[in-house]
Order: sequence, then structure tokens, then C-alpha cells
Amino acid sequence: MITQNSVDTIIELKNVCKAYDDKTVVNNASLKIKRGEFVTLLGPSGCGKTTTLRMIAGFEMPTSGKIIFNGNDITDTPPHLRSVNTVFQKYALFPHLNVFHNIAFGLKLKTIPNGTKVNRKGETVQLFRKYTKAEIKEKVDNALKMVDLEDYGHRNVASLSGGQQQRVAIARALVNEPEVLLLDEPLGALDLKMRKDMQLELMDMHKRLGITFIYVTHDQEEALTMSDKIVVMRLGEIQQIATPEKVYDEPANAFVADFIGESTILSGIMLADYKVEFCDTVFECVDKGFKPNEPIDIIIRPEDLKILDKDDEKSLIAAEVMSSVFKGDHYQVTVLASGNELVAHDTETYDIGETVGLYIKPFDLHIMHKTRIINEIDTYVTGENLVEICGTNFECKTDLPIGTPVKVSVDFDDVEITDDESDGTIGANVLSSIYKGNYYQAILSTDDHYNFFADTDYEWLKGDRVGINIAPEKIIVEQRDEEKRDVENVVADETLEEYDRYKEEELLTSEEIAHLEADDNISSTLTVDSVNTATEKEDTKE
Amino acid sequence: MKAKSVRKPFRLTKKAFGVPYMLFLLLFVVIPLVLILVNAFLDNDNNLTLANFKIFFTSSSSLTVLGNSLLVGVITTLICIIIGYPVAYILSKMSSGKILVLLYVIPMGVNFLIRTLATKAIFIAMDIELGMGTVIFGMVYNYLPFMIMPLHTTLSSIDKSYMEAAQDLGADKATVFFKTTLPLSVSGIISGVTMVFIPTISTYAISQLLSNGKIFLFGDSIQLSFEQGMYGVGSIMSIVMLVFVLISNFIMNKFNRQGNAVRRSLW
Repeated sequence: MITQNSVDTIIELKNVCKAYDDKTVVNNASLKIKRGEFVTLLGPSGCGKTTTLRMIAGFEMPTSGKIIFNGNDITDTPPHLRSVNTVFQKYALFPHLNVFHNIAFGLKLKTIPNGTKVNRKGETVQLFRKYTKAEIKEKVDNALKMVDLEDYGHRNVASLSGGQQQRVAIARALVNEPEVLLLDEPLGALDLKMRKDMQLELMDMHKRLGITFIYVTHDQEEALTMSDKIVVMRLGEIQQIATPEKVYDEPANAFVADFIGESTILSGIMLADYKVEFCDTVFECVDKGFKPNEPIDIIIRPEDLKILDKDDEKSLIAAEVMSSVFKGDHYQVTVLASGNELVAHDTETYDIGETVGLYIKPFDLHIMHKTRIINEIDTYVTGENLVEICGTNFECKTDLPIGTPVKVSVDFDDVEITDDESDGTIGANVLSSIYKGNYYQAILSTDDHYNFFADTDYEWLKGDRVGINIAPEKIIVEQRDEEKRDVENVVADETLEEYDRYKEEELLTSEEIAHLEADDNISSTLTVDSVNTATEKEDTKE
Repeated sequence: MKAKSVRKPFRLTKKAFGVPYMLFLLLFVVIPLVLILVNAFLDNDNNLTLANFKIFFTSSSSLTVLGNSLLVGVITTLICIIIGYPVAYILSKMSSGKILVLLYVIPMGVNFLIRTLATKAIFIAMDIELGMGTVIFGMVYNYLPFMIMPLHTTLSSIDKSYMEAAQDLGADKATVFFKTTLPLSVSGIISGVTMVFIPTISTYAISQLLSNGKIFLFGDSIQLSFEQGMYGVGSIMSIVMLVFVLISNFIMNKFNRQGNAVRRSLW
């Protein structure tokens, strides 16, 4: 097994981290790439995929972690000694050289073994030589032929079209016969038709040459089409490593599901093994091993949701048709079932307002853990009724003395987003906004790099600058206790008033208060997610 | 709007803004050039003659001065490249490079005569004999910023990905420099050379001041001719100078078009 591993794995990343100043760009990435594989690093911009590629190429040094190439540690090897070649995003063809000399650039620098000789000390010495002019010409001509640019050798690179420059860039990298070809969004600058053609050509080249391709893209369709293996990244962390089929059918979490393909993401609750509740209805599913009553995300692909007659006996839930849009080979039908919007693909169209029945196979309900159920920040009390959150003082209701280490919790629902940054107490960038049936879940990154989750009625534009406000009474402050607080089965429907009374009477230790608060919040989250309040729960914090 | 004006009403168009400059150009560039041309063919009694040409082209001393000027220009330009290129290169790699470049440029705000006189005072105080060495020092000191500025602009505008591509294709640091950075900065070198060479061959005062009048460059002899009332000879010298400036400009342009890789530069 181990020997097989070392033969098959060409590149391995071991716990690679990269940080600029204090900002983590790649966090603890571990990845194995097999020889001859077509691996795609996929994710939205700023997810660290290009940085990961640049670390493999050697242009960036990991802050920590190791990069293993063919069993050798190459973490500190400079780029010119690595046997990988890169196709750059904007091609980076040398403008002062013509097509021929661009492609010949690497060959002219290369030394190849040229027999051995025995030196005066009697040692055998390996001799090296450069390629001859004729050899270079032959190789460059072959490379040009491979990318269908036979007669373009003498041309100036600036006179070529985008697609032709792309081909020259690929030829320039491949002519050096690298073991791994790195491609950094190589098709990003091409128009749609050109991109489709180049996708096929790249796949064909990969098959013919048999070398490893590592491909970076933000285009999920491109990734699904071309790859043997997809590495989905987000905010510097690897979310899932799997085949395209698996990434599509069994996304690891709500982010992957939302990013890859179309899907409806709903919040629900796992009642027991094989039993899930959402849209006020209990459904059968094929998942187990969740905690009882765990809040979860449910992902439904539009093509898996079947629309039936409302009286059909297979129908699991009734719904009202909201819209039906023709999409060429199907209609995209949006239906409303107990306040949740669901999207289905159907060959027929339906009238708006029509009541229909919905059916989904248990196998097609994809159930995933929630990444977070409440915003939690460790901070300190900075004044009377003031706590620090992301570098700014927020008003809150607390009796704790100044300087007390506290944990601040804010429910997703209580994070108010303002359009204008100046209207908010702190500013933040919108990282993502995912529709969850009847509300949007936005993730906001503050300038402190804390990510707030917020449930809102509106969709927020990715990358937009917004302000964040939190009402003082919605900030739940609890004393932080470094000691173990492992109280299980706390009654969840304790209200704030009750706990305030307890606190006044000093009947509870701070640990118990902490737990009450945590559970109190969970229950409110659940209400938001239109799920009945659970009576007894474990602390589901991850 | 009942009364129809016969005259076309004056409208403030873009052209109107060009008029002051046109007048300026006419008064201070075109007319003087014409005067020089006319003067070149007149003797002291305002008779048409070709004697001025004869005087200039047969006198060995004036040709020596011309040769000297060209030599000083070439040496100054070379020294400026040798000193300026590494400075510009290092500054382009630094994040604070733009501010540091200002430090090189700010002294240009002080009039060059004042700076030259100060330099002279320093040389005298240090007991250094004034001569060719001090003249070239003064030239380099005065014109170095004109070399650094365009080089810095060009070097910092070269896309980093070219260097990365070269590294990726197996080039070590020295090869990256000689095969990508240097050829891609040719336009900056040419701008710098133009900015240094042409002014140095025509400059005056610097050489006089920094050599105590021992070294006489072309600019100085033009000035002397006019001072001594030899308007004809002075005019011929000016025309010769103009021809040299045009020739070097032409050569630079030719060069630039061949290596038109990165055309963005300051001048």
C-alpha cells in the first residue's frame, strides 16, 4: 500500500498554510494528486485556489506545511528547479520575442544528460549539454503542430488573437515535457465558443500526453466537464475532494451544493435516523448518524424534484406554482410549499397559482451538517453595557465588570445588514448569499476577518460593502470560563427572563448560565428555520 | 432671439485654448529659428555670404569643441545608465519605491546653476583640481534623475508574470534579468538616454563653472560667439547642434520602434 502510494502520488500537499501579514489565504490544505490525473481546484474568487497553484509552482512559499513532489520535499525549491510548467492566466507571453522564441525559451535553458566520462580521480562524472539549434527547432515545430499553429513561428505574439496566444502559452509549457502542467484559469479570457473548443482540446491533450494536469477555475461547469477529481475550496479551506459526479450528487456542505450546479437549500431538522423534517412535513431519507433533532441543511437538485398532480397518491407535499420559465430543454418551475420556495425542472409548464403535489426520492434528499448555528465571538467587556466586537464597541445588556472575558453570541436573525456602510456600527464585505427557501443566509466578513452569518430577507451582492448593526438586547453576553463546561441535557425552553431571575438569585453557576444561553439561542434559531422547538438537545456547537 | 447677428458668434471651442500656445510658439520658437537661419548667411555688414560656414568648418578648434561635447555627452550618458539602472531596478522592487524616487527628483527643483555653484564650492573646499573629471561629475549629478525617472517608470510597469514565466521555464535569477527584465526595459533606457544625451551635448555653464573655464563645450562656444558679436558663426553652430539633436532623436525613435515591447514610459 505504501509503495503503491509513493509510485502513484506525484504531488502531495501536507497541511499547507499561507498567510499574508495576518490574513490567512490558504488554511491547512492537504491534498494528494495521482500521476496522470486531471485535478481541478474550484472555488469563487479569493478562495485560495490560485495561491495553492502558485505554491505548487514555487512562486509562493507556504507559511507552514510541506509540498512533496515524487516523494521529495520541494517546499523550498525555487521555481526554475521544479519539473512543473505553468500556463498563466494572462498567458505572460514575452512581448519582445516572437512565437518561435517564446516556445524555445525553456529549451534553450535546459541541459540534458550527455553520456558520462571518468575524470582524473577515477570518478564517473555525468556530462550535460544544451540542446542544439536543430533539436530546438524540431521540438518547437512539433509543439506548434500540436496546438495547430504550424505557420505562426515567425509571428509577433501581440499580433495573435486571444485563442492563439492561449495555444502558444500551452505549447511553451508543454515543450519542456513537464511532469505536471499547472493551468491558472487559462480559458478565462476567451469567449464562450472558444472556451468550449479549448476545453475539449485540453482534455484531448491530457489523454494523449498522459501527464498530470492541475487546473484552476471558478467555472463549475468547466470543472465538472474536464476533471478526474475536483477540489472545492472556499475561504482558503478545502471543502471537498471528490470526482465530479460525487461533488454534484453528494456535496459535502451547503456551500458546495450552492456553488456546484443549481439547487434548493432548505433548513430542516433530523428527527431520527432516516427521518427528516422540513416544510412542516416529515420525509423519509437515506441518511443516518446525526444527533437526534440536529438542525441540518437539505439540498434538493431541481431535476430530482418531481411535480405531480395534487391528488396523486405518491405526492408527499402540496405546493403552489409561483412561476414557470422556459429554458430551452425544460421549464424551470418555482413552487411554494409551506412558505419555502423550491425549484424544479419539468418538461411541462404549469399555470401560476396552480396547486400541485411534489415527490422526491429518499435517495435524492442530500442532508448535511450546518456549518454554524450561531455567531460566537470571544471578547471582553470594555465598558458599562459595552462589549468589543471586531474592534468596535457594541452596546449590550450586561452586568459584568469591565475587562471580563466574555463570549458574545448573536443569532443569525439578529444581525442587521445596512446598505450603507456608514449606517452600520461596523463595516463588512459580503462573502456569499445563499437562498434557503424563504430567506437568504449571508456571510459577512468584517475587517477583523471574523465571518458573521446573517439571515435576511434580501439577497446581498457578493463583494458589496455593507454595515452591520446589532440591537443591544440581541447581544447575548456570557462570561467566558476556560474550565470545562460539559453539562448535558439542559432544558432548552428556558427563557431569558427565567435565566435573569436565576442569575439574580445566584442560583446558577456561570457555567450553567452559559449553557442556558447557548441552548436558548439554538432554540430561537430553530424557530427561524420553521422547525418545532426541541425540548431536549445536546450542545450542537461544532 | 429675434435680432440675427451677421457675424458668426464667438464660441469657446477646444481650438480656442490652443491659441495662446500657438502665439507663444510663433514668437519664441519659429521666429528665432528663422532668425538663426537668416543670420547664418549674413556677414557683419548684413551682406549675403557663405563665409560663416567656411570659418566654422575650417577651424580645427571649433571642431575639437564639437568632438569634446559629443564625448562628454557619451561618457555622461554611460555613467548615468551604469548608476541609474541598478537604482531604478532596486526602487521598482520596493513597495516604497515611488516615494524614494521623489528623493532623487526633488533636488531638480533647485536651479541647476545654484547646484553647480555649490558643487564647485565643495570641490574647491576639498582641494580637488577642476577639470574634465569635475565637469563630468557635474553633468552626471545634474542629469542622473532624468535617467532614473523613465527607467523606474518602465521597470515598475513590467508585468511580474513575465519574470515568473521565465522562472517557470527554468531561468535562474540572472537569466531572468538578462532575458526578460533587460529587454523589456529597453524603452525606458532609450527615454533615459534621450533625456540625458541631448541636453548634455548642448549644455553650457556647467562645464565653464566646474573647470574654471578650462574646458569648453559646444554650448559654451555658441554662447561665446554671440557674446563676441559673431552672430553668423554662432548661428551656424546652433544649426549644427540642432542637426545633432535631430539625428539622435531619429536614432532613438528607430530603436524604440524595434523594441516596442513596453512603450509606456514617462517621456
